Amino acid sequence: MNKKELMNNKYFIAALFLLPAVIFSLVYLIIPIPLSTYYSFFKWDGIGAMEFLGLDNWSKLLSDPIFWSSMANNFKLVLISLVVQIPIALFLAVLLTRKIKGASFFKTIFFVPMLLSSIAVAFLWRYMYDPTFGLINSFLNLVGLEQLTRSWLGNSDIAFYSASAPIQWRFIPLYMIIFMAAISNIPKQLYEAAEIDGANNWQSFFYVTLPMLRSTVVNASVLIIVGSLKYFAMIFALTGGGPNHASELMATYLYTKSFTEMNMGYGSTISVALFLVALIVSVVFLNFSKKDVRN
Amino acid sequence: MIMINKLKQLVIYIFLSVWLLITGYPLVFLVQNSFKIRMEFFRNPVWSLPEKFTWQNYIEVMKSGFYIYFINSIIVCFISVAIIIIVSALASYAISRIDFKFNKIVYILFLAGMMIPIHSTLIPIYKITLSMGLYDKLSALIGPYVAFSLPISVFILTGFINDIPYELEEAAIIDGASRFRIFRDIILPLVKPAIATVAIYNLTLLWNQFAYALVLTSSPSKRILTLGLFEFQGQHGINIPLTLTALFLSVLPLILLYVFLQEHIIKGMTAGALKG
Repeated sequence: MNKKELMNNKYFIAALFLLPAVIFSLVYLIIPIPLSTYYSFFKWDGIGAMEFLGLDNWSKLLSDPIFWSSMANNFKLVLISLVVQIPIALFLAVLLTRKIKGASFFKTIFFVPMLLSSIAVAFLWRYMYDPTFGLINSFLNLVGLEQLTRSWLGNSDIAFYSASAPIQWRFIPLYMIIFMAAISNIPKQLYEAAEIDGANNWQSFFYVTLPMLRSTVVNASVLIIVGSLKYFAMIFALTGGGPNHASELMATYLYTKSFTEMNMGYGSTISVALFLVALIVSVVFLNFSKKDVRN
Repeated sequence: MIMINKLKQLVIYIFLSVWLLITGYPLVFLVQNSFKIRMEFFRNPVWSLPEKFTWQNYIEVMKSGFYIYFINSIIVCFISVAIIIIVSALASYAISRIDFKFNKIVYILFLAGMMIPIHSTLIPIYKITLSMGLYDKLSALIGPYVAFSLPISVFILTGFINDIPYELEEAAIIDGASRFRIFRDIILPLVKPAIATVAIYNLTLLWNQFAYALVLTSSPSKRILTLGLFEFQGQHGINIPLTLTALFLSVLPLILLYVFLQEHIIKGMTAGALKG
């Protein structure tokens, strides 16, 4: 084939257009997964020689209580985020889409947490949680609730919940905006019809707004579920998974094993497990939500 | 009736003010304490105003080399976003306009990339980066950044190109223009609004990215802003007002951008979620 024929061949042209994207995706997204799986069969510190272990890392993983508790924490985070973020975001979106003065001012400020990096949010909250100088304990002391003050991040019973709070704080505005956009797309006639039928605000919320937002709520839930299963940054910066693994997530555990303890073989095993958990849950939930939307 | 409406309004404003306090006060806390000197922070309650405003913390943070992190973040983010736009626009054009039989499959495979947790890829990427000789170089971050942003960018741009009427290209094809010319002269100018959305979406996401830099760079001169803040806190965490100053400086660029481009930023940051 000469050059001219080649340039007229649509398969060749399509391949040229796709090539850069395919290279980036293969090297940095796709190949790492089988590569991680391969590493998971070895004992390896990341630099030296690799020692074949067969399935040892995998059997160790299955009997590793810290891995299971970190996975449980991921699912707790899913649950907390669903229960906290969706209702609050929906509530704020409903308030802000009503005709009130200053709505755009409130919206502008409410969105700001989304602009901050997870690391910045984590440290901001660390200082609010500080047992001696923090905002929260100082406030409790001021209003005479000394008995409620505690070491928010140092107490292993509550560290995970304390570390989850800033995640909610940062991501509520994202879903608030999504719900606001969806609410403003609901045809006004539906509300007028409901009003003529004598519906009050609550009724028009439950019989008009909520059903019309069904697919948006499902989409937001998918984002929250997938995001919470692979969450890392804020917990890593706030507690590093501590104290004593109380706030450990799969991703923080895999980081500590791989890059602090330099046990990359076992770290890869956790990586693949994290990938599989995220994959299975997304596939199951996406199937479920597709059916839901079709009904 | 008017009374009831007034009451309803009042209730709405009460709820909104409560959330305003929850969202806004931590930010006020951040700014007001960044102007205190260390001893004053220990002496007075956290909500007190600084005894006298001092820029001392700001000067100290900048002197510590913190400004390098801004420059590094800007370089890495802008180069990455430029590459993302070119690469994803090329791929989206092929998926949307060239009928090569596997369009649908290729598209779905790209989108499936969104399902991959980036932390599952950290060890292989660390290894790949080492063997390419890029470890502890700013350029080490560009490859992962581009790959990480591709799925959503291809998704937004393909959707947009699909909506462009085909007639615009037909005449050019009849005239014998090449695909590259059509892409450059007809498609690219038309997708400018979508490119702006993709650029803002990725810029904000990558500006706040952390994990890749944590794993792929080590020396202070190669730190991007999020990692720089993380290390700064590790070194100066005891000096709370100083660390709060570094924190405030690190979030300032996006907040300033937000002041000027609010609607674009909100649209850009929620684009992936809205359409996904």
